[in-house]
Amino acid sequence: MDFLIFQVPMLTLQAVLDGLLLGILFALIAYGMALQWGVMNIINIAQGDLVILGGYIAYFMYLYGIHPAWGVIVSPIIMYFVGVIIYKLVINKVVDRDLFISILATFGISILFMQLMNFAFGADVVLANSGYGTTMLFDNSVTLPNSKIFSAFISIVFAIGLVIYMKKSKLGRAIRATAQNARAAKILGVDTEKVYAATFGINAALCGVAGALISITFTIHPYMGLPYTIRSFMIVIVAGLGNLPGVAMSGMGLGVFEEFADYILGTEFRIGSVFLLLVLILVYRRFKLSKKREYLK
Amino acid sequence: MNKNIILYGAILIFGIAAPFIFPAFKVQLSILCILIILAITWNVQGGEMGYNTFGNILFYGLGMYLCASVQVGMFFPLGEWTEGGGEKTFVHTPAQFFQGFAVGLAVAAVVPAIVAGLIGYSILGLRGHYFAICTLGLGVAAGEISGGIEIIGAGQGFTTPPFPNVDRLEARGEFFYFCSFIVLVFTFLAVKAIYSTRFKLVLNAIRDNEDKAEAMGIQTMKYKIIGWMISAFFCGLAGGIMGGLVGYIDSTDVAFDGREMGVFMVLMAILGGKGTLWGPVIGATLFHIFKEGFWTFFLGWQYVALGVLIVVIVIYFPEGIMGWLREKYPERFGEVVDEADRKAQVTLK
Repeated sequence: MDFLIFQVPMLTLQAVLDGLLLGILFALIAYGMALQWGVMNIINIAQGDLVILGGYIAYFMYLYGIHPAWGVIVSPIIMYFVGVIIYKLVINKVVDRDLFISILATFGISILFMQLMNFAFGADVVLANSGYGTTMLFDNSVTLPNSKIFSAFISIVFAIGLVIYMKKSKLGRAIRATAQNARAAKILGVDTEKVYAATFGINAALCGVAGALISITFTIHPYMGLPYTIRSFMIVIVAGLGNLPGVAMSGMGLGVFEEFADYILGTEFRIGSVFLLLVLILVYRRFKLSKKREYLK
Repeated sequence: MNKNIILYGAILIFGIAAPFIFPAFKVQLSILCILIILAITWNVQGGEMGYNTFGNILFYGLGMYLCASVQVGMFFPLGEWTEGGGEKTFVHTPAQFFQGFAVGLAVAAVVPAIVAGLIGYSILGLRGHYFAICTLGLGVAAGEISGGIEIIGAGQGFTTPPFPNVDRLEARGEFFYFCSFIVLVFTFLAVKAIYSTRFKLVLNAIRDNEDKAEAMGIQTMKYKIIGWMISAFFCGLAGGIMGGLVGYIDSTDVAFDGREMGVFMVLMAILGGKGTLWGPVIGATLFHIFKEGFWTFFLGWQYVALGVLIVVIVIYFPEGIMGWLREKYPERFGEVVDEADRKAQVTLK
């Protein structure tokens, strides 16, 4: 194996650091997905498109002369209401139904969003320049854009904030109760309809934060949503629902994997390798479970 | 029975006469045939077996690439052909074209079926939404990876051999129409024959309760793989014809087009009614008419309409047209309805 990346240790370090910082962002999106999957039993294919929409909000702030970092605050607020509206229009009709119905319905939303964003924002790849500069490490051999460090920091802040909120606040307790047993929660006076709406809103808000950060650190494009959905799905199935450290770990693992795949296979196979990894993980888990004569449920 | 023969005869005659009655719509009619094939084959997998897949696009795209590659590769070096792109350095003689197409179609049908058989054991062990997401991943991965392979054109696409004009006779439309129509008739009859055997009952048992089916002594995995192989066989055929019809293969926009074709086949089958023989046919026809109307009059907004259509169908009309008819006229579907019994039924919530 004579890949350049293994011969130059600094390049390996660079890939690992890039991957870790990227992975924290993935973990944030995956956390939203785990939340609504656990509470509402819905797989949201439009997750990635919510991320991209959040990114465009930050990008537009940048276009109008506001520093895009403020998008981290504005974008989740707007996205929360977008999420609640989506919930009221579509999701509340598929909550109790078959999971495939929810997959198809959110697939429809995803296509709708993709095209609407394409109309509204154009089909160009854009990024919001934060002007944070870069940090050089080890004699300039490892470069880390400060925006990536900033985005990782903000993601961690939001994740910790959300965990505390879920533990302490009244709504957080209601959400956790509904996740455990929706019917019992209803009997005990929890307005589950409201809880569901709030959950989907929080999920969308998390996507908004992640999107704003992605628009600062990477690029956004109307059609780039689906890979984010698949990544977060993958992270959730590896980590399991409600396992927050697991989500963070597998998110960072996926980030590192992607960076290495990028170096070794070439950029054109990057997205393909993510999707293939999903298939491989599912098949691996299927064989592991089938030894005990069980299957993924 | 007599009525059925008249019905089938009428459809057959209409099918043969259609390109001459509507000469301007030959390509549209061919695409309609392809869509019906895809809907029927999705229904074998998703409707009868209950394994909702987004991954049949994999076999469709595979068939498309294989058919075109064989058609070119039989006579000319494939790498130089794709490198030349649109500029034709090689020209197929008519005999070469048809020979290549026939062999290409055979390969395009058989290889996807083998691929389905090979990956079937691993993938079909997943259930429900895991299977759906896994196949979605497979389809997208195939598109992304084939977009990076040089010999089949990579990002710049693959131009299929142009139709040779024998004696200046413009028969391209008719040729591809009759190809797709014959394959459609073949598919329909094959699936109809399959649906009248025990095999269909096994598939339905798997759909209704796989654990119970297994407990009853059915080797579910074997039947699931065979069901998927049947699905892949016809998907590959449809893909091969579609490749020749479109004339240009792009990895993510034509062949492994999960966003369009991959969703269309699911949608058509659901619109017509999952788990029925005629449902996908009706669904595909209606969908194609709607789609063409929208693509023509609201160009640019078609994906918006498509997204809304998916949401509306899935939420408000999940049982489809045939399911709705069945509920309304159960007698026509051979169900014996005891009126007193039905009234006495109490639905528990």
